[in-house]
Amino acid sequence: MSTDLGLPRFAPRGVGHLRGERSFPAAARDALADSQLRRNLGHATSTIRAKRAAVVAERADWEELRAAGEAIKAATMARLDEHLERLEAEVTRRGGAVHWARDAEEANAIVTRLVAATGSREVVKVKSMATQEIGLNEALAAAGVDTQETDLAELIVQLGGDLPSHILVPAIHRNRAEIREIFLREMPGVDPALTDEPRRLAMAARSYLRERFLRAEVAISGANFGVAETGSLLVVESEGNGRMCLTLPRTLITVMGIEKVVPSWADLEVFLQLLPRSSTGERMNPYTSVWTGVTPGDGPAEVHLVLLDNGRTATLADDVGRAALHCIKCSACLNVCPVYERTGGHAYGSVYPGPIGAVLSPQLTGVEDNASLPFASSLCGACYEVCPVRIDIPSLLVRLRAQHVEARREASRVPSAEAVAMAAAAWTMADPRRFAAAEKASRLGRVFGRRSGQLTTLPPPLSAWTAGRDAPRPPAETFREWWARERG
Amino acid sequence: MNARNEILGRIRAANTAAQARETPVPRDYERRSPHAPGSPELLDLLTDRLVDYRATVVRVPSDGVDDALAQAVAGYRPVLLPPDAPWELDGTRDSPGFGPGDLDGFAAVVTGCAVACAETGTIALDGGPAQGRRAITLVPDVHVCVVRADQVVGSVPELVAALSPARPITLVSGPSATSDIELQRVEGVHGPRTLVVVLTEPA
Repeated sequence: MSTDLGLPRFAPRGVGHLRGERSFPAAARDALADSQLRRNLGHATSTIRAKRAAVVAERADWEELRAAGEAIKAATMARLDEHLERLEAEVTRRGGAVHWARDAEEANAIVTRLVAATGSREVVKVKSMATQEIGLNEALAAAGVDTQETDLAELIVQLGGDLPSHILVPAIHRNRAEIREIFLREMPGVDPALTDEPRRLAMAARSYLRERFLRAEVAISGANFGVAETGSLLVVESEGNGRMCLTLPRTLITVMGIEKVVPSWADLEVFLQLLPRSSTGERMNPYTSVWTGVTPGDGPAEVHLVLLDNGRTATLADDVGRAALHCIKCSACLNVCPVYERTGGHAYGSVYPGPIGAVLSPQLTGVEDNASLPFASSLCGACYEVCPVRIDIPSLLVRLRAQHVEARREASRVPSAEAVAMAAAAWTMADPRRFAAAEKASRLGRVFGRRSGQLTTLPPPLSAWTAGRDAPRPPAETFREWWARERG
Repeated sequence: MNARNEILGRIRAANTAAQARETPVPRDYERRSPHAPGSPELLDLLTDRLVDYRATVVRVPSDGVDDALAQAVAGYRPVLLPPDAPWELDGTRDSPGFGPGDLDGFAAVVTGCAVACAETGTIALDGGPAQGRRAITLVPDVHVCVVRADQVVGSVPELVAALSPARPITLVSGPSATSDIELQRVEGVHGPRTLVVVLTEPA
């Protein structure tokens, strides 16, 4: 834990799920070879893209809503300290307890201590990105606490001993037949005649979880929004598992990233329109719960809020990169991304996959701990177009790529192959005679790739380029030669 | 230094480093529906949205509520009611002594609501008159909800403005649902699998 005064810190290593074991290209290669995975992803992302497009088209003021969402988030960050102090004061005034966690370890320790104080050995959980980020389930397991995920997709992931691969639909990489197999294998008391019909699978989850909801004494949740001026916390969901966790147990512990605060109650009128339409492609999600401290006789008697930094203040310190903190975790950018659609979420190595993950994870951990992620994009810009709070993800990716190149240059006196190639290209292109000579030389490459018109494998060091892409076969005649012949 | 002061200090240092300034928020989106609360257009729109999300809608004049409720819960026994239920209906009023297991013994619950939003097909419960605590509309498998015409607003901004943040709030848009398996929507998971809305208009 940090002892320096007030210096922003990256999320620590060795805890939580922000770093992958392998680089993105290495992990993506395995994912691309899995044709079942690619079919599942292609089907799921195209379905949700169509649903989103239909409900967004219904709103003539969609662009005005996006502009308002972006501005509210930017204004919030500019006075984040004041809004958090207000949130703390309001939650406390209404009978809740507020805790502050500098990083994942501290947050896990706080929650573990709070659970231990209840005397309960089991907790029910609402799906939450923040608690996945900090590895809370593992920390609780190490303390002997049994944690039950209750969102259907999270349950599929937990029973399958798997990792989430999408922000909204963590089991998007599984199809119905695979889910049926997991339930038959891992769900105690399941009907052996279970079919792979989605309704039957959902009903199996309902009966499995019902008894645990009714007896649970402690619940853990995240929060989609925390309203500073009122101390209200919100969870947006579909199945009712959130309502079960937020309403029935005696103790409720909520872990919320500090960037989730919004200044005023009226700001919800913007986000409650942007989020459901962008996320599940619905006009409104089935259930939204709002609680403000403790209400005697209605819901938990003991309410805790853990405010989490874990690299967020380090992200805030970058005047451009801080926009990644505006994210409301809708996952629309994942569904439109040509890279995500082919590799799935696991290749990103972090709980935050897809375009937003490629800009958020490296900033939370420091870019060198997730150095391949800013390159996991074709910079096509589809993510920016669908983002409900207008995060310019392509520009952030480019900035992070530059930071990585700078860091490499500072770390090593020997220039990288890429830096050498770029310097050589700059020298060649700076002089017309040198450029013409290089064009002529490139024609040697025409002996390859005759059939496809593509060069799929170049010799080292150019093989680094063709490992992930094809190079076009050089043309028989260059543009300059054609110009000289036709117009010279 | 404690964690609170350290995090607040980090935020101030970060905002100084990034030269962050607060800029005004443009609110050029539609804040009010073109239709007045309770207008026939909004009642039709609310009905359409609710049906689209697989809820059942029954429209009755206000003097026909008791009959409509009796019909809606026919076949479901026992029926749970909020402590201050104003309807003539055979059922058990909620008591603070009922735990989750007791609530699970009820087949259906009948409540009112605080406000409803037509554009999104949303019903808001806030623990106010004829609504009871949150758990009673969650555990029973059938929720019958009475919505008065004058409670129906058009837009989400009007919905948010009508709610008091000091109260525990549940926004309900159709029965519980999941799309977690191949993005195929299945209605009815942990919350009530059946939602019946009784929409009443002045007789």
